[in-house]
Amino acid sequence: MTSTGSLLWLIPLAPLVGAIVNGAIALATSHRERAVGRGIVGAIGCLAPSIAFVATVASFVQLRALPVDARSLTQHLFSWIAAGRLHVDAGLLFDPLSCAMLLFVTGIGALIHFYSLGYMAHERGVARYFAYLNLFTFAMVILVLGDGLLPMFVGWEGVGLCSYLLIGFWFTDEEKAIAGNKAFIVNRIGDFGFLLGIFLIFWSIVPSGRTGLTYREIAAAAAHGAFSPGLLTAACLLLFMGATGKSAQLPLYVWLPDAMAGPTPVSALIHAATMVTSGIYMVCRLSFLFVAAPVALTVVAIVGAATAFFAATIGLAQNDIKKILAYSTVSQLGYMFLGCGVGAFSAGMFHVVTHAFFKACLFLGAGSVIHALSGEQDIRRMGGLLKRIPVTGYTFLAAWLAIAGIVPFAGFFSKDEILWQAFSRPNEVLPWLPRVLWAVGFVTAGITALYMTRLIALVFLGKPRLTKEAENHLHESPASMTVPLIVLAAGSLVVGFLGVPDFLVRGGDRFGAWLVPVLASAAGGAAETAAPHGASLEWGLMLASLGIAIAGILAGLLLYVRFPEVPGRIAARAGGLYRAVVNKYWVDEAYRAVVIRPIQVGARAFLWKGIDVRGIDFIVNELGFASRMGSSVVRIAQTGAVQLYAAVLLIGVVVLLWVMR
Amino acid sequence: MAITLSHYVGLAVVLFFIGTLGVLSRRNALIVFMSIELQLNAVNLVFAAFARYWMRVDAHVIVFFVIAIAAVEAAVGLAILVGIFRARRTVDLDDMTVMNE
Repeated sequence: MTSTGSLLWLIPLAPLVGAIVNGAIALATSHRERAVGRGIVGAIGCLAPSIAFVATVASFVQLRALPVDARSLTQHLFSWIAAGRLHVDAGLLFDPLSCAMLLFVTGIGALIHFYSLGYMAHERGVARYFAYLNLFTFAMVILVLGDGLLPMFVGWEGVGLCSYLLIGFWFTDEEKAIAGNKAFIVNRIGDFGFLLGIFLIFWSIVPSGRTGLTYREIAAAAAHGAFSPGLLTAACLLLFMGATGKSAQLPLYVWLPDAMAGPTPVSALIHAATMVTSGIYMVCRLSFLFVAAPVALTVVAIVGAATAFFAATIGLAQNDIKKILAYSTVSQLGYMFLGCGVGAFSAGMFHVVTHAFFKACLFLGAGSVIHALSGEQDIRRMGGLLKRIPVTGYTFLAAWLAIAGIVPFAGFFSKDEILWQAFSRPNEVLPWLPRVLWAVGFVTAGITALYMTRLIALVFLGKPRLTKEAENHLHESPASMTVPLIVLAAGSLVVGFLGVPDFLVRGGDRFGAWLVPVLASAAGGAAETAAPHGASLEWGLMLASLGIAIAGILAGLLLYVRFPEVPGRIAARAGGLYRAVVNKYWVDEAYRAVVIRPIQVGARAFLWKGIDVRGIDFIVNELGFASRMGSSVVRIAQTGAVQLYAAVLLIGVVVLLWVMR
Repeated sequence: MAITLSHYVGLAVVLFFIGTLGVLSRRNALIVFMSIELQLNAVNLVFAAFARYWMRVDAHVIVFFVIAIAAVEAAVGLAILVGIFRARRTVDLDDMTVMNE
């Protein structure tokens, strides 16, 4: 199990070194007007995740060579916390789950670092940018690779910090700085739940003498019945609360659309491909706990499905290219939680992987479009770009087909698997739920195809509606940007074949089989084998979801290419509903009214004017006044005449001697 | 009449009393200094007398110690007085009440 010759330690170390070196360069050159050593900074910045990726691949090869039930590499780094009964080691755990996650975290991460070379070429603060990006990679690796809940929590907070730093990368723009704050604060709410969940778990397993909070210890404690059902449900719900923050689910999703204020490669890496999927990773990692808490799992499924639908409808009416993709990400994350929530953890993870490819491709493509148009983000001022920037255009099309769910692109297999699992797995808490979940997911698939087609139609098809200035500077992006796009588009095309449903090709679900040793199967977990439905039903559902994807695409093409005046009329007819969607259901405004305003008013009127001014300040001021009064009396004796002092001293000595006589 | 221990102690008490009066009543800082020396020497006299009386050497050591301290104190004190005089053209203690500020 434990291997000495592994390269695991190198995976987090390389990006950490990169972050430190680039951070030092950034600090040393921050006062210079012109960026210094752009080439060196970029080389270090790209080399670090590349080394991590190579080490991950090497470890993957090593892991594959092991027999199926012994597939885990661990590495003990050092003893981290030893306090009373809490004894936590810093260790790394490389098993099929963390392997699957790390392969694309470091792989796609490295690609996005390369892309950043081109995208940030005209920006200041490149060293700072790459330092943050490397630090993010380090934190993400710790989150995934850390053996235990506490190392995961460190990574969890680390990626949150880097997310904040990178959203507010252009911090002189107040709006962007505020977006960073919003992301950080909203995530704190979720992290609070996550931390409470960890405390509950620790509290439960302490009596059994297992105090390291590693996954193996928690699993062993769970197997010995350390958790009472109610407590386990509470712990899982609290952990899921953390996941709703980090992975942008209802009701804490509001930070993700605003997070698009950061540079576009950051949106691709952190807010689409990797960080936001860590909630799903956490649920999968602790799947053995969640399957024992069916109520919590049902909540996960409902929140996932609701988020998927809710965010997809908002995505229909946005005009900022990155905002559309952001709501799309929220929606797709909802799909992943839907998959996990019905107990099909491998389906959820598979969608994580495929989504990482096509969404990173979409974001980088959007970045390429924005780059080509000198910063334009409004899709109403785009159009007809397919011929003008063909590489970006065609890679974007590939990712579009993948997210819409068209055979044989990646999104088709993963999304279809989730829908099928949602449909076929029984729910013991709410028996009618599977049909509803499936229906919501099914409709959302159609909406997804529709809003993505709208995006494609308005950006790449139709007549150009560019501004004069953008028209003049229009250019295809440099190779450092297009090559990652091509790789990711190719990935969007082929990754799906890792998880071909078993009923189509025997043993086709290689991804699911790879994860079998680490993922728990749900209580009704025999669903795959003992499902009463036949293959014909699975065929039917598959064709249905393909059908609604095609219907969505056709509707989009008809509405936005063939009859471009129709959408406006529909919007006018829909009235209130349209306004609700355009304004994102006024969720931000509602939060402002219900949460932020009361806190501000309470802080100002009660805490500041009340407790602080009338309470604390009052006491301190009165104490100061009293001591001034007292001292003004005593000060009379302080004449400064040394001879008087000497006389008093003498009298004192005489009195003392008299007393001691 | 033989000179006994009590004569020495009596002389020392008188000297110390004179020194104390000087410290408390004189205005001139220089005189106050001299009065302090007088007090120190009164004490020295007691030490020396008792050293002889008990035939012990310990008190002699203390006497030398006090003399050394007195020399140092005189050096530093005079330096301070010279400094004050240069700055204020007076060494009258009644004018030196800056410590109450």
